[in-house]
Amino acid sequence: MLKIEGLTAEIDGKAILKGIDLEVPKGEVHAIMGPNGSGKSTLSYVLSGRDGYEVTGGTASFNGHDILAMEPEERAAAGLFLAFQYPVELPGVGNATFLRTALNAQRKARGEAELDAMQFLKLARERMKALSMSDEMLKRGVNVGFSGGEKKRNEILQMALLKPGLAILDETDSGLDIDALKIVADGVNAMRGPDFSALVITHYQRLLDYIVPDRVHVLMGGRIVKSGGPELAKELEAQGYGAVQAAA
Amino acid sequence: MTAAQTGAAGFLARYEGLKDHLPGARKPWLNQLRADAAVHFAARGFPTRRVEQWKYTDLAPVAQAAFAEPLTSVDGTVRLPAPLAPHRAVFVDGRFRPDLSSLEGLPFRALGLANDLAEAEPHLGALAKPESEPLAALNTMLFEDGLFLDLPEGVDGGLLELVSVAVDPGRPFAFHPRHLIRLGARARLTLIETAAGGGHCLHNPVFEIEVAEGASLTHGRMLQEAATVFHLSTIYARIAAEGTYDNFTVAAGPRLTRNEIHAALVGPKAACHMNGAQMAGEGQHVDTTTALDHAAPDCASRQTYKTVLAGRSRGVFQGRIHVHRVAQRTDGYQMNQALLLSEEAEIDSKPQLEIYADDVKCSHGATVGALDADSLFYLRSRGIPEAQAKAMLVEAFLHEAVETVTDETLKGALTRALDAWWARQGAAA
Repeated sequence: MLKIEGLTAEIDGKAILKGIDLEVPKGEVHAIMGPNGSGKSTLSYVLSGRDGYEVTGGTASFNGHDILAMEPEERAAAGLFLAFQYPVELPGVGNATFLRTALNAQRKARGEAELDAMQFLKLARERMKALSMSDEMLKRGVNVGFSGGEKKRNEILQMALLKPGLAILDETDSGLDIDALKIVADGVNAMRGPDFSALVITHYQRLLDYIVPDRVHVLMGGRIVKSGGPELAKELEAQGYGAVQAAA
Repeated sequence: MTAAQTGAAGFLARYEGLKDHLPGARKPWLNQLRADAAVHFAARGFPTRRVEQWKYTDLAPVAQAAFAEPLTSVDGTVRLPAPLAPHRAVFVDGRFRPDLSSLEGLPFRALGLANDLAEAEPHLGALAKPESEPLAALNTMLFEDGLFLDLPEGVDGGLLELVSVAVDPGRPFAFHPRHLIRLGARARLTLIETAAGGGHCLHNPVFEIEVAEGASLTHGRMLQEAATVFHLSTIYARIAAEGTYDNFTVAAGPRLTRNEIHAALVGPKAACHMNGAQMAGEGQHVDTTTALDHAAPDCASRQTYKTVLAGRSRGVFQGRIHVHRVAQRTDGYQMNQALLLSEEAEIDSKPQLEIYADDVKCSHGATVGALDADSLFYLRSRGIPEAQAKAMLVEAFLHEAVETVTDETLKGALTRALDAWWARQGAAA
């Protein structure tokens, strides 16, 4: 499980996270909702280890590992996965090469046998079929020339291949039409089980119609100001963040 | 024997001593050519950084060394790179080695220049400009041999390898091969050149390349000598109407590399592609300098050069495009991109466009940067360790450069050359 206690972080000396307490037990999907600038993306980057974010206090552990002390690649091998809000384009890096390198790097780090090209291709095709992705996307450069929807599907494909214990989806719904949204949600739902948990970060309630969370947390001003069941998302949609702020 | 003289004086002294023994010493036309070149070289010596075209590349280490031309040929075993094609011409220390070459069955004349000077007379010196390029003057003064190719009209020459190996004699040495490549109308050839070997040496080749009407030459070059070698090459190419000269150079190895290309598009609808990847690590220097003359209408030129610098190294790109008044509807493009992997690396980039025609499409661009932090984080967030993630991005940057190469043999060889350099950097880091 993911356990965050009193986490504070800043960018360029400006405090963004002001004491986050959060627990995502194994097998559960939690949603974090909040207005722009509330610290949602910062939380996902701090947890995945991006440079430029300084943790000034608190702890974060995943399955007992102190993740804040680990390199990004070590966090990934330990089972952490970040689906990017804006997936990066990598011209000249073939998507198939990228996926296989990532998968094998993680397997190697965990002391598992690496997959050869044929084994990988078989696995990738199987996963892609489930996501309605064409084989052609394996041959292209990573995310190069992909539409917004294709990029997000490529994120979900990576998740499906890497089989993380915890996925953080950073506004994965932004810029998606309803069909793409369903495919992404199906991909996440297919992962659900006793060994998978997810933190779904979103601005809108819409995604949560398709990925129904066990818990919903409202992040405002760098703190979690309210938590509740899935009905909280509907409440926010109806009343807006202002009402929560007034009550908090 | 007195101590060897250094620099230009040393080369001039050796020319005086050798001139009666150099190939073609009994041919008055060649003696005159060499004597004129010696006058030009004596007047200018090695270019210093005060010369505009040499502002960023310091030849002092070359000018201060006491190189000698190898007087005897190496007869022992020579380590040759693995063959890429059935036909190859091998040169050791600048001398043609028929015993190591395989040229049987080629549908055109391919010889060591020293064996065929009479045939070469009308072409030797037709394009090189010893009066303005001192290194061409040095080459003309002292060349002994080189590759002489003459493809008749309409011949498809297929693939030919040019291998140039320097064998370390244990003291500083220099050689100045002169290559003449001539393609008749509508002839075709892919020439893949590998420069290998080591020792404290100066390899100073000059190419004179004639591409006639509708002919097409693909010229791949892999300059992969050891980090003790100075490689200074000058190419002169003249492309007639509807002809194509396609040059792709990987410079990755020598202590100092100057890849200087002068190309002239002299007939309508001629095309010239000059692409390449140059890499330097600790203590190395790479320089690509191109000068392209659009001297006829409706011609196209494309240049894409990539530079990767690691450690304390320096890279230079100078690209001049001159569009003459007659060259209407010129389509020119030039791009150079540099990736700096260390704080101590330096790139100097100088595009130069001179346009005298009014209906012209000409663009150029230059980028310089470190590895992209977002890309690196993306790879690492997927579990790929930092060093491997960096390697993937550098390879991607370099491989992009060879994407335009259509010949699969050449593309494979170039890619291996790029990967070998990067693997050596990794080992050194």
